[in-house]
Amino acid sequence: MNPEKVVFGFFIVLALTLNFGFFVGEIENADHHHVYELFAVVVVNLIATVLKFGDRSQMGALLLATSLVAMLQLIAAALVWTFAVHVYGSGLTAGVVASIVSLSGGAMLANVISVILLIIETVMLRR
Amino acid sequence: MQNIVFLILRRMRPPLLTLLMVYAIAVLGLTLIPGRDADGNVWQMSIFHAFYFVSYMATTIGFGEIPYAFSDAQRLWVSLSLYAAVIAWIYAFGTILALVQDRTFLEALAEYRFARRIRRMREPFHLVCGYGETGTALVRALTLRGQHAVVIDVDEIRTSMVQLQDLREHVPALHGDAAVTRHLQEAGLQHAACAGVVALTNDNEVNLKIAITAKLLNPDLKVICRADSHDIEANMASFGTNHIVDPFDTFAGHLAVAFQAPCLYLLHRWLTGREGSALSEPVYPPQDGHWIVCGYGRFGTAICRRLKTEGIRVVIVEARPEVTGLPDSDFVVGRGTEADTLNEAGIEQAAGLVAGTDDDANNLSIVMTARELNPEVFVIVRQNQNDNREIIAAVGADMVMHPSAIIADKIRVLLATPMLYEFMSLALYQDDTWACQLVSRVAGLVRDEVPDICEWSVEAGDGGVLHDYLANGGQFSIEELLRDPWQRQRELKSIVLLIHRRNDRLLLPGPDTVLKVGDRLLMCGNRAAFTRMNWTVSHRHTLDYVKTGQDRPQGWLWRKLSGRGR
Repeated sequence: MNPEKVVFGFFIVLALTLNFGFFVGEIENADHHHVYELFAVVVVNLIATVLKFGDRSQMGALLLATSLVAMLQLIAAALVWTFAVHVYGSGLTAGVVASIVSLSGGAMLANVISVILLIIETVMLRR
Repeated sequence: MQNIVFLILRRMRPPLLTLLMVYAIAVLGLTLIPGRDADGNVWQMSIFHAFYFVSYMATTIGFGEIPYAFSDAQRLWVSLSLYAAVIAWIYAFGTILALVQDRTFLEALAEYRFARRIRRMREPFHLVCGYGETGTALVRALTLRGQHAVVIDVDEIRTSMVQLQDLREHVPALHGDAAVTRHLQEAGLQHAACAGVVALTNDNEVNLKIAITAKLLNPDLKVICRADSHDIEANMASFGTNHIVDPFDTFAGHLAVAFQAPCLYLLHRWLTGREGSALSEPVYPPQDGHWIVCGYGRFGTAICRRLKTEGIRVVIVEARPEVTGLPDSDFVVGRGTEADTLNEAGIEQAAGLVAGTDDDANNLSIVMTARELNPEVFVIVRQNQNDNREIIAAVGADMVMHPSAIIADKIRVLLATPMLYEFMSLALYQDDTWACQLVSRVAGLVRDEVPDICEWSVEAGDGGVLHDYLANGGQFSIEELLRDPWQRQRELKSIVLLIHRRNDRLLLPGPDTVLKVGDRLLMCGNRAAFTRMNWTVSHRHTLDYVKTGQDRPQGWLWRKLSGRGR
């Protein structure tokens, strides 16, 4: 067992599970989507991205790409939240929550791909 | 470049993760710890405000507490996270600085820059492997002629010397082992503009490896190799190495020419001399008596073979005949540095002496002892170290054999002026009177420096006025080409040595020879003559003047005016 692989896999899966946790719930209901959950998703995704740095293989490049996509979506979601609450002061209206959650949904898709790639890599290693 | 990016990313992983963690924990803590606003109500920082505060706190130690003054709990948390953040940043910067100074990183960067520079080369260049004495002399000679070179050497000090030597062209240099294929490829072995590979390292095996690599990866490339032994020479020749230069055989060949045709040897010295060097005096190696050869190594063997073909009796002086092998002629055991051995070899009756050991001090000692015993003796001395140039010159030998200079001169002629090389090979078939006449003609062109060599072809493009003139049915002879475009009665100080015309070679073409499209000319003369000749071949007006002697008006208006006046 390689401890580096454990940490790597842990963060990639955690990024997906947290993302899912934030995503589930009614899309327009602000009570179903907590800000700390979004914070945790962003931080864990950042960590997962940094962990993927410096891998020269094709799989490594693809993994990094999916992480970058997820980060793009999540940062967009965080920005929407910040703008709505602090800049415009409109608060979390149904439309705002819907766009935040759908952005995080996109990020989740990227995270799903990331996990699938991880599984494929593992399966190919076993063969 | 890829390597470098990955290297940076990989090294920056731990510091980036540390920073991320410190920031995340600090932000999280700030949002969780309750504070009080201006009215005393309980207030919790939002994630956005916490991120903003941590961002400037970590890098600048803060601008104050916003949006409200902090509670003591918040202050405690901020002071903890402040120190953590500063440490994380120091760690990150330290890693970056260490990376920039890291040797692997710097080498990867230098190699990348070198490879990029080579990829961008558009003009033909020669790849010179080995930047010792020979390589230095060769690269200097090539750049003086405006040709490009790329250098590989295994010694880092030598490659950094390239930048210090004030060469006329920029010469990219790679520090690396030329026996490694990757280095040769990076240096442009398979580059479209690569004109040839020159293997000059002092290791025969490495030269062999370079030659094989070059012939396998780029079969059309011209490969020139230095070889010090006949085995390696035969090996190199077996897979089609274009030119193999053995300094000892080359010099022995020169000596044979000097015996048979002193004028031809002088002509060779003059035409192939380094640009700007002085005209050398003729040498007449005597044949009336026996020769003493001190040192029966590679050089001594080559000289002896030549002397015997000339029918000259040779006495060999060798200190360790068991190492070098026993010569089949008369020999004396000894170093030759002391009078006894030289006397035993018959120095007083000897016509010539070759001081050919691989130790410069011994060679000088041999010459000085021999001169005391027989001041008339003809002396050939072998110079091994470039640094000993002054003392070797001071001893005043009749001929000096310096392996590095011989290799460099031969390869320089081959690469910079290939037609001259061919001319000299053709000249070997002429008799000595032919050469003597040519020598006296050349002597009339120049004062005290060797003549300039110019290769030029009648082709379209830049300065192709003569080409267009000939292509339209014009007749232009060599005599006309050699007229001064400023005063056509005067003759330019230049000689056409050779013309390449398809498969024909015209050696010393006469003045009536008519030029044809596609001709390649080899000329020698002084530089001013070539500058003037350039006017004739690249300006239609000048060409007409040289041809007809009439200074015809050029512009449309002037032509009209002169037409009316007639």
